[in-house]
Amino acid sequence: MERHIDQELEELNKEISRMGVLAEEAIYKSIEALKNRDKDMAKSVIDNDVNIDKLELAVDEKCIDLIARFQPMARDLRFITIGMKINTELERIADIAVDIAQRTLEIVDKPLLKPLIDIPKLAVVAQNMIKMSIDSFVKEDISLAKKVLLSDCEADQLRNVIQEELIEGYMVKDGTTAPRAVQLLLIARFLERICDHTTNIAEDVIYMVQAEVVRHHPEKL
Amino acid sequence: MVKIITKNLNLWYGAFHALKNINLSIEANRITAIIGPSGCGKSTMLRVFNRMNDLTEGVRMDGEVLIDDTNILNSHTDLVVLRKKAGMVFQRPNPFPLSIYENIAFGEKIHGENITRNKLDEIVEKSLKDVFLWDEVKNKLNESALRLSLEQRQRLCIARLIAVKPEVLLMDEPCSTLDPQATARVEELMRELKSKYTIIIVTHNMQQAARVSDDTGFMLLGKLIEFGQTQEIFTAPRDKRTEDYITGRYG
Repeated sequence: MERHIDQELEELNKEISRMGVLAEEAIYKSIEALKNRDKDMAKSVIDNDVNIDKLELAVDEKCIDLIARFQPMARDLRFITIGMKINTELERIADIAVDIAQRTLEIVDKPLLKPLIDIPKLAVVAQNMIKMSIDSFVKEDISLAKKVLLSDCEADQLRNVIQEELIEGYMVKDGTTAPRAVQLLLIARFLERICDHTTNIAEDVIYMVQAEVVRHHPEKL
Repeated sequence: MVKIITKNLNLWYGAFHALKNINLSIEANRITAIIGPSGCGKSTMLRVFNRMNDLTEGVRMDGEVLIDDTNILNSHTDLVVLRKKAGMVFQRPNPFPLSIYENIAFGEKIHGENITRNKLDEIVEKSLKDVFLWDEVKNKLNESALRLSLEQRQRLCIARLIAVKPEVLLMDEPCSTLDPQATARVEELMRELKSKYTIIIVTHNMQQAARVSDDTGFMLLGKLIEFGQTQEIFTAPRDKRTEDYITGRYG
């Protein structure tokens, strides 16, 4: 039996997917801007953030509207409340893309400190984690959500490698590299934080589907 | 503290098997909601607790229903005492066509022995105060109860029950004829009363069950499908049939 709320939930699902696509695209562009030293692209990430903010507000409003009009219960309630939380996580991911774009603009006119190898790798991990986490939400796929949680180790390791290389290999040896190295350190930190947001999404998806709280309970995974 | 336990409870109306092997434990001083689609047996279940079903021809029960460890299905159960202990509030408020005062005093006059007028006045006042009706009616106690609003009548019926000092309040859709504001007041009253009584409410209104109860049982086709804390039942039910019913997919 199709219920009126089913259509609304389907629309909400699509809008959150759209948020995911926009957040993922923002991260992709911010890293492309960094790799290609492309100021215009970095600026476009910053400029486009307003659209993501607007969509975030629209999704929140829709969730509140659904709660008010349908008084959802059980799975419907979990879907809507978790949808709101994921919406916030995605907006923060997009904000981090803006942070990366701003750091990029800081260093783009300065000589390249080193060839970028691990930061793009970390960016790919982060993008995959965003994509998997959103897919796990859209498809209500627990196994995909668990994959996201497992990927976080890889992100942490890469961040540590980048950090060690920049500090030990550049900043300690030559203090004049610090201004550029710090920007890259920050970018690595930002990417790692994006991965943390995606693990929050994955934990929320597990709750949404299984009604089991795994957040702060790693033993349950 | 557990107030009511049912063990392998079955009930038949003639050949119709209305309650199927119900095992349930109801805590004292909590509000327990029984939800489920029409005909699922929830009202029948409520009426088991004060043996109201006995009034229906062809009814037959087996199993046990323990209230305070006493099996009320025993043939020697004193039904007058039982119905004093477990009183019922019905869908439509049903005050007697008497004065407000006489409605409250009625039960005490039947159950009480040689009660003085002063004592009766005290009981009437206290009962009406317990349901927050006293201030509204204290100057018209001798007027007909039928002149009260629906919601006031329902609160009067609850006061009438309370006057005979029950331990269990059985409420069968007590707000279904009330508007939202009146419903809110009756629900608030239920919350106030639960510290003194064990309250069981049957309702079609799931939002009401979610708002007002501590525990909820979901019934379907005579079976108790799931029973648990209300918060869990409405956010994360374990049984798909419960999930389907409370999200409106049932049917």
